[in-house]
Amino acid sequence: MSGYLITLGTIIAINAIVACGLNVIVGFAGQISLGHAAFFGIGAYTAALLATQAGLSFWAALPCVLGMSAFIGLLLGVPSLRVREDFLAITTIGINFIVEAIFNNFEFFGGALGIGGIPRVGMFGLKLRGTEFLVLCLFFLVVVMVVCWWLTRCWAGLACFALREEETAAASVGISPVRFKLLAFVLGTCMAGLGGALYAHFMRFIAASDFAFPLSVSLLSMVVVGGMGTLWGPILGACIIGVLPEVFRPLVDYRILFYTMLLLLMIRFQPGGLLGENSAARRVLAKMRPGGRS
Amino acid sequence: MALFLEQLLNGLATGSIYALVTLGLALVYGIMRILHVAHAAVYTIGAYVGLLFFNLTGSLLLAVLGSMAVCALVGVAIERFVYFPLLKYPPFVPLIASIAILLSVEELCRLIAGPQILTFNAKLPFPDFHLSGVTVTSTITAVYCITAAVLLLLWFITTKTELGLAMRAASQDMAVADAMGINSHLIVSVTFVIGSAIAAVAGILVGIYFNQVYPTMGAIPAYKTLALIVVGGLGSVPGAVVASLLLGMAETLLIGYANIPLPRDALAFIAMIGVLMWRSQGLLGSR
Repeated sequence: MSGYLITLGTIIAINAIVACGLNVIVGFAGQISLGHAAFFGIGAYTAALLATQAGLSFWAALPCVLGMSAFIGLLLGVPSLRVREDFLAITTIGINFIVEAIFNNFEFFGGALGIGGIPRVGMFGLKLRGTEFLVLCLFFLVVVMVVCWWLTRCWAGLACFALREEETAAASVGISPVRFKLLAFVLGTCMAGLGGALYAHFMRFIAASDFAFPLSVSLLSMVVVGGMGTLWGPILGACIIGVLPEVFRPLVDYRILFYTMLLLLMIRFQPGGLLGENSAARRVLAKMRPGGRS
Repeated sequence: MALFLEQLLNGLATGSIYALVTLGLALVYGIMRILHVAHAAVYTIGAYVGLLFFNLTGSLLLAVLGSMAVCALVGVAIERFVYFPLLKYPPFVPLIASIAILLSVEELCRLIAGPQILTFNAKLPFPDFHLSGVTVTSTITAVYCITAAVLLLLWFITTKTELGLAMRAASQDMAVADAMGINSHLIVSVTFVIGSAIAAVAGILVGIYFNQVYPTMGAIPAYKTLALIVVGGLGSVPGAVVASLLLGMAETLLIGYANIPLPRDALAFIAMIGVLMWRSQGLLGSR
């Protein structure tokens, strides 16, 4: 495989991990978040600082990164208990802008210069690069997907689904909105933190602008375009949103315009997502299945 | 003291401009419950079309009128073709569509007019003021007068006319308004016309005030005005105006007198989260 394809694949795999995390918050628990890039950034900065300042290896730092992301997810999940829907959307946009400003303006986080010289991930005495790193990312993607799949089967996940459908009704049958919303936030931000750590060790240089608000929009677009609340939706979304700008590369100057217009059309005509309920793909699949309806 | 007063007046001018952009957003949210991020795209189009007409005709009045007409059309097109069909979906579906429109319009402006900053050299027909060492430039006078005029007109339309009554009815409950013989879809379109026309005025004013028109001029206002309508109380027009004026002054004074290590755009969001945690319905909002 060429270096170009491996790099593209790695970025898509990392984005898919982060999008799966966002799907837990938005798709499973029904809590809108437009600040997911901030948690991605917090994971990346924690990993980068631990690697360059404390000299920890990727594996030693990983539990700290996950713990830190979970803690901040818990902290910032608290606003979601106080505000809902549109208020929550704007609050999370605000969190994204504030976190980016803090990374950009405090010397401790490298300021505008970012953090460079992050070492590669080592494993069995080898430095992982290219294909090996892609395999590592895919391994973590599988882990994340297994967690998501388990969540759709276990009691906690079903409780989150109930909250998404009708909070008052769920609370009346003994499902604590506080506990399960925070659980979804913590799981989602953990996955974002994991993605961030992988990103930091892959790019080996990070700056605040890598985690700006537009990335949050892309991440939410991946989840919505793919199909919210489905297992495979975020992965399909990450592939589409990752591949499209590359496919449009021959259009040079018109590339971004085509990409944004296509995003608009997909949202406009397939608002439930490509794999969501009532989507064209689902209908075709239902027809193909023996004994399928319609 | 003179410096402080000048800072305050500058802050009030910044706040007035925020208010003009936020007004349209608050109107649209009030009636449709959609976070209309693309409002900033309409405002960018307003600035560009205004500049184009101004350079073609040399008349500022024609530029403003032409820009208002074009923006009204764009606003209605966004409402008819994008928002209305998406109303029955969760609120973030139209929000993403709206952000996609904003990005597309930025790209269109960049491709058509070029990525460079264009200048808007227009002289506004307002006088300068000199009061005991404090100078109020003609641009700032213009910003005050135009904002006051727009606010008065809007207040008159929404409280004293039948159209305003219909708008308020539709914003309370569209289905019931329909049952009472109000064509609520038409009212929604009219709201977009009014909001977008005000955005055109705001775009031209900002272009003249900073003497800059560029493709991404809507990027920061797009999200900052969201913070403002939240602080004001979602859908409350007076709340949005009060929040805009307060933020404009607070930003200018804080940047001038306090050494804060964060950029001014982050301050708006910190203030917003503070207000939300304290009064989750916003300053003038009702539950």
